Amino acid sequence: MNLSLLILLPLVTALVILFCKGLKQVRVVALLGSVIQLGASFWLMLLYWHERAIGNNSTMVFQSNYTWFKPLGINYHIGVDGISIAMILLTASVVVAGILVSWTMEKLSKEFFFLLVLLSMGAYGFFISLDLFTLFFFLEIAVIPKFLLIGIWGSGKKEYSAMKLALMLMAGSALVFVGLMGIYYQTHSFDILTISQMHIPIEVQKFFFPFAFIGFGIFAALFPFHTWVPDGHASAPTAASMFLAGISMKLGGYGCLRVATFLMPEAAHEYAWIIILLATIAIIYGAFATMMQTDLKYINAYSSVSHCGFVILGIGMLTQTSINGAVLQMVSHGLMTALFFAAIGMIYSRTHTRMVAQLGGLLKVMPFISTIFVISGLCSLGLPGFSGFVAEMTVFMGSWQNPDKWYRLATILACASIVVTAVYILRAAGKTVMGPIGNEYAGLTDARWNEKLAAAILVIGIVAIGIAPFLINQLIGSSTENIMRQVGNAVLPK
Amino acid sequence: MVTDFFILLRQELVVTAIIFLLLFVKLGKDRSNESILGWVNILLFLNFAYGFCCNTEGMLFSEMFKTNPLIVLEKNILNLAIWLISLQSYSWLKTHKHVIEFYLLLLSTLLGMFFMISSGNLLMFYLGLELSTIPLAAAVNFDLSRRQSSEAAMKMIISSAFSSALLLFGISLVYGVSGTIVFSEMAAHVSSSPLYVFAFILLLSAFAFKISAVPFHLWTADVYEGAPVAVTSYLSVVSKAAVLFVFVSVLYTVFKPIAGAWYNMLFILSLLTIIIGNLFALRQNNFKRFLAFSSIAQVGFIMVGISGSSQAGMASVIYFILIYVFSNLAAFGVISLVSAVTGKENITDYKAFYTTNPLLTWILTIALFSLAGVPPTAGFFGKFFLLMAGAAKGNYWLIGIASLNMVVSFYYYLRVVKAMFMDDNEEPIEKLSIPAWSKLALYICVIGIIVTGLASCVYDYIFSLSSGF
Repeated sequence: MNLSLLILLPLVTALVILFCKGLKQVRVVALLGSVIQLGASFWLMLLYWHERAIGNNSTMVFQSNYTWFKPLGINYHIGVDGISIAMILLTASVVVAGILVSWTMEKLSKEFFFLLVLLSMGAYGFFISLDLFTLFFFLEIAVIPKFLLIGIWGSGKKEYSAMKLALMLMAGSALVFVGLMGIYYQTHSFDILTISQMHIPIEVQKFFFPFAFIGFGIFAALFPFHTWVPDGHASAPTAASMFLAGISMKLGGYGCLRVATFLMPEAAHEYAWIIILLATIAIIYGAFATMMQTDLKYINAYSSVSHCGFVILGIGMLTQTSINGAVLQMVSHGLMTALFFAAIGMIYSRTHTRMVAQLGGLLKVMPFISTIFVISGLCSLGLPGFSGFVAEMTVFMGSWQNPDKWYRLATILACASIVVTAVYILRAAGKTVMGPIGNEYAGLTDARWNEKLAAAILVIGIVAIGIAPFLINQLIGSSTENIMRQVGNAVLPK
Repeated sequence: MVTDFFILLRQELVVTAIIFLLLFVKLGKDRSNESILGWVNILLFLNFAYGFCCNTEGMLFSEMFKTNPLIVLEKNILNLAIWLISLQSYSWLKTHKHVIEFYLLLLSTLLGMFFMISSGNLLMFYLGLELSTIPLAAAVNFDLSRRQSSEAAMKMIISSAFSSALLLFGISLVYGVSGTIVFSEMAAHVSSSPLYVFAFILLLSAFAFKISAVPFHLWTADVYEGAPVAVTSYLSVVSKAAVLFVFVSVLYTVFKPIAGAWYNMLFILSLLTIIIGNLFALRQNNFKRFLAFSSIAQVGFIMVGISGSSQAGMASVIYFILIYVFSNLAAFGVISLVSAVTGKENITDYKAFYTTNPLLTWILTIALFSLAGVPPTAGFFGKFFLLMAGAAKGNYWLIGIASLNMVVSFYYYLRVVKAMFMDDNEEPIEKLSIPAWSKLALYICVIGIIVTGLASCVYDYIFSLSSGF
């Protein structure tokens, strides 16, 4: 399969959208494009399994490599492994759901869908890039649509949040840029596979690893650079919140894994304790901060900080199971948070409030929405049967495999945060959907077909991973093994 | 010899011919501005297209004048820029009394820049520089009724006179130390003796004046604000580009032996320029002042690229200037249109611009993104390659500070985007009708912004012509 298709499809969709007239045409085109993309992603997964089944053991499959800027050694090099495919599937599902949720976006609908599709294009390009320049190019493409989406269609202090998000993410990519330069001038290559075969001297790694890791970490809400997350998510329109949490934060996690850890494994070992420390702080701080929130979107945003902490923790622990868990957690968190934001958006569009205190008894008038709201909550607190349980469990198991006693303490603390999660989730869910219903909400209607469909796609993903985790483990297993081979071989000077 | 003369000097000769043609038109019977502008635009396009017809290499007048494919390309970039500016100033000049004079001044400066770029001798360089400066000061004062314009012109002429004095002093010292002012002979005589380095510093200051690098930037903002928009865009794009072309080639060839000394100077100058340009741009409200400071910061980034002193460094500088021509002229195109019709030049006036002029808003947004360096616009590629060339020296602190400054610059570009898309306004700028000529210019700029970056052949071509050490 030619992977460029994954970039071309959104590009064509976006261009067609520009020539459409009115909401009705635009949304149909956007949905059509994203559904085809989802189909293509599943097809890609099947092809990948087939490729592995016939014994193709190369690190990356379906590669294509074209020279782009020859004098500088920049190539347009693309290829996928299991981790990229998992991310692409996640992105495609969230995009379809996001477009369905914004089915009735009246305000500047053409621009809205155009930017959504453009944002998804950046993410697809990022996940399939095997060249650091191309990767960086797509990473930055995804920033501007976020700024405009939040600033134009957002609510609350939207301009502030949009600016904060854009500047912090740009600062992240500025740090990544310095890291890339360091790698480039050491190896004279931008190609990830070529670089992974070379050995970067440890002093160089130690200098540039923080740039790359923190740079990507800002995208993944690494503590203390997480502050764009709550404001950005809370101010964004529903679809943009879903994209932010479901796709955009995953760019960071993926970058930390694929660029920082994979290319500079010795430094990853060297700095593991700092990464784990920051991740543990993020997990616990995020959980406690969530307890204090009264706005549903803020609850979900802060809990995202906490949950993304598990991703960073998994990467920092550097065992195969923990990295597996980190990838699982990225997928699971993407689906679950997107679902959560979708549910919050649906509730908000009907009740016009997101304050927990003002809501109550919604189960009586909107059973479907309330159900998905509770499902996403339960997934978030790690109930068995949903993806959250599988992912967090894997991270914890992997983390425990790391024999260092301080790391085990971190693992225990991270486990304990689940209790806090349970507290705020159950409290919010209980107050919102249970109890007596206010008179003003009595006449509200339940979800429409588009919202049901959007939720269904995400719920299917969550449950599928939850009850059949081997499906996704099969997908990502061999790829995390490749990463581990790189990381495990790293010899540490003692 | 005679054929050489006509072939090597062909671009200069065409510009001179256009100047004389315009003079004769001025002497003849009165014509309507529309027809004059139409013909001038076509002439300038032919001038631009003609530049591509043959690539030659050679020298004239005992090495005073030299040309090669790279210089031809640089002149073509300037030709393109002046054509675009002419297209964009259509709505301003349509009703102006002195259309032909405007072009006479502009083309004279262009001629000066051509000679400056082609100079193989410090005196020739000086001559070209003066020819490109003095008519420009007159052009700055082109809105005769505006007091601010005269002030700007005065400021400009005094500060350029000052920088010329520095330059001449530097040239005389160079001559005193090495006994030659011919570029090809100078390289052999360059020494790192204190007197020579002092002479170099004087020359460097003169260059820094022209490209408005900090701390020689103080004239920039006032002059940009006072001048008519067309002249401002000319100042910020063409005149800067021309001096930068010479700057990079002189540093890379003549002053190669003292590269260690000028690397440090360039390092400090570039950091200062980026930081100060950015900090001042943060709080500007007048669009022209805003672009003045942002262009100062851009020059800082260009100097980072120059400091790389490799083939990639030179290529990235010329490549970035080409991109800068497209991006800055797209921005100025929109601003000059708005300014000509409504007289509004403040960023706050652009609030809710999107509700009335979506097309212009998108063009301005793309231009600003390109200036900020956001993909997929060409500005991203330009900045990336500049900083990459700068990083070749292994000075990662410079690169780190520069790339963090990109974030700062991002803020002020986004501020404009925010005003246009997100803010409310009681009286937004009314719906403007865009004249066909201006539309053409804007479309060319937008296509340039997108194609120059993604299509690597442009960079490859420039790279193949460049040289470094």
